[in-house]
Amino acid sequence: MSALLESLLGERAAPVALAGVREAAIAALRERGLPGPRDEAWKYTSLRALEQRRYADGDCGARTRAIDVAFLPGPSAARLVFVNGIHREDLSEVGADTGLGIERLGERPDELAAILRSAPPVDAFGELNAALALDGVRVRVAAGARIQAPVQIVHVGTPADGDVAWSLRVQVELGDGAQLRLIEHHVGSAANANLGSIVTAYRLGARARLDLVQLQDGAEGAGLVRRSDAVLGTDAILDLHTVEVGAQLARHDLVVALEGHGARLRSRGVFALRGRQHADTRLAVTHVARDTACDIAWRGVADQRSRGVFHGAITVAAGADGADAQLSNKNLLLSAQAEIDTQPVLEIHADEVKAAHGATVGQLDERALFYLRSRGLPLDLARRMLVAAFCGAVLDGLEPALRARVDALLAARLPQAEATP
Amino acid sequence: MLKIVDLHVRVAGKEILKGLSLEIAAGEVHAIMGPNGAGKSTLGNVLAGREGYEVTAGTVEYQGRDLLALEPEERAAEGVFLAFQYPVEIPGVNNTYFLRAALNAQRKHRGEAELDSMQFLKKVREKLAVLHLKDELLHRAVNEGFSGGEKKRNEIFQLALLEPRLAILDETDSGLDIDALRMVADGVNAMRDPARAFLVVTHYQRLLDYIVPDVVHVLADGRIVESGDKSLALKLEEHGYSWIAGRHVPAHDGAGAGG
Repeated sequence: MSALLESLLGERAAPVALAGVREAAIAALRERGLPGPRDEAWKYTSLRALEQRRYADGDCGARTRAIDVAFLPGPSAARLVFVNGIHREDLSEVGADTGLGIERLGERPDELAAILRSAPPVDAFGELNAALALDGVRVRVAAGARIQAPVQIVHVGTPADGDVAWSLRVQVELGDGAQLRLIEHHVGSAANANLGSIVTAYRLGARARLDLVQLQDGAEGAGLVRRSDAVLGTDAILDLHTVEVGAQLARHDLVVALEGHGARLRSRGVFALRGRQHADTRLAVTHVARDTACDIAWRGVADQRSRGVFHGAITVAAGADGADAQLSNKNLLLSAQAEIDTQPVLEIHADEVKAAHGATVGQLDERALFYLRSRGLPLDLARRMLVAAFCGAVLDGLEPALRARVDALLAARLPQAEATP
Repeated sequence: MLKIVDLHVRVAGKEILKGLSLEIAAGEVHAIMGPNGAGKSTLGNVLAGREGYEVTAGTVEYQGRDLLALEPEERAAEGVFLAFQYPVEIPGVNNTYFLRAALNAQRKHRGEAELDSMQFLKKVREKLAVLHLKDELLHRAVNEGFSGGEKKRNEIFQLALLEPRLAILDETDSGLDIDALRMVADGVNAMRDPARAFLVVTHYQRLLDYIVPDVVHVLADGRIVESGDKSLALKLEEHGYSWIAGRHVPAHDGAGAGG
């Protein structure tokens, strides 16, 4: 048993209602241990850097600490702010939209326990999340309700007396025909090396539509392990944009089950890394029902000594005829020391299926770079322009205000001239 | 303005320019003609600073400075412009955004005030009018989906906007129909100025009916083998490049400085 796991599973206070589910998760995790290099799903992402770390629990002042964060502009139906995994009433706002229900799970341990029991963890970080989650939120949209302004869930990392490990559980439920825009924003209010874990379940009823934006701009020393688990009903639509530029070590498992006839996933993702950042995105999309569709385009940029991992698996189950599965992953290496590993995997058990997948790893087009420089653009500006264009190719679906924010985020993170030897 | 002396250039290990010398004064238009493979495009690329062109001997002096010591963007800011034979398509980079960034980068380098978007658009509209180009060009990504003619006209539009001192046109006439050729020539002629020099690289004499050069050079096998006035272009057209090859046996050192 690693020191890391001992530190994570040390004595922690928890409500009685959670005791059973926590004990079960802890026992399972002690049995399984954290994933190592022989674990296929963690082949490219080593936890060794975390092994000697110690994480404190408790809020370490998270309930009261002043934070400095630029929240996303524009109106919102609700803004729920968590600082180091602890809900902050004073920073949150909840409007009064009809059909929108928001419950804080920290105040309802029975509900939290029920949610944890309803979806037993399938891996070590799922168990860790179940063992540690004390707080979270459930967002429910009633059948037929269309919520106009987006709901924002903001995760703020901030320094505490020691590094903090936190876990959250989020449940998003859309009734039949319901519509919601949801923005998940991860941001650091200052440098910190906290380790966060979030498991989010999205349940979309028939004809429901969820427009989901995930913006991960965590502090560069932080660790973040996320699992986004979506189940789509008949003719439901999940439209997802994921932008990942922050954290030292980021892992995101995106698991989507197209369970209802005609369910559709459209997803666009970008990661842009530098320094020694490591980001691992693992997609598992399953076409369960007939005439389901997924359209996935992901782009990655790695500079300096960073490393990006993309594993995109699409499974078309037996009987899911008429499925349409499209996956493209294009990557850009900006330095000789950067690395990107990409692996598209297509597994088809049905007959009439339309499927295409492709992945590339390349470098900036020298011809384009010279063209821009020959017009007077300095090398670093020319490079940034080309990288921004590369990333921007999958961001056209974002609404303008968010797009501007994402562009600024990418521009601020993207390579400077000295980045490449 | 430009003085090239005994320039030797290797590309991918092969010597392409083999002792090229050339001198261009401000206000002059020089044409370089020559058969395919003579080194015409190599000359344009090496002057603009493209990577992969290894200068093994010789010097290039531009306005009293060593041009070869400058980065491509410094050359641009100092007034060197290459109109590409094959302009590159750059998806996702808006033409207007790119040109304003380029112009302002050049102005910043020269210690001039940057143009705000209103000033820039005013300037753009003037140049578009002179070249009979549509606004629509500005809203598209750089050269993306442009026809061959549109790409070449976009090069001349950039030339007009950036107002360089030394403009190198690398086979700008190739792939153009006669109307587009006239439009390109009109654009260039409108830019002729006592303070500005042009180096027009072409395979065909046709362009020189519209852009009348002061000096015509013949480039063959990596060297200037003959220089003369515009009548030289007509003779070439009449007799073909084999005529030149016959007049200049390999032993003959025909490197000539024009001007």
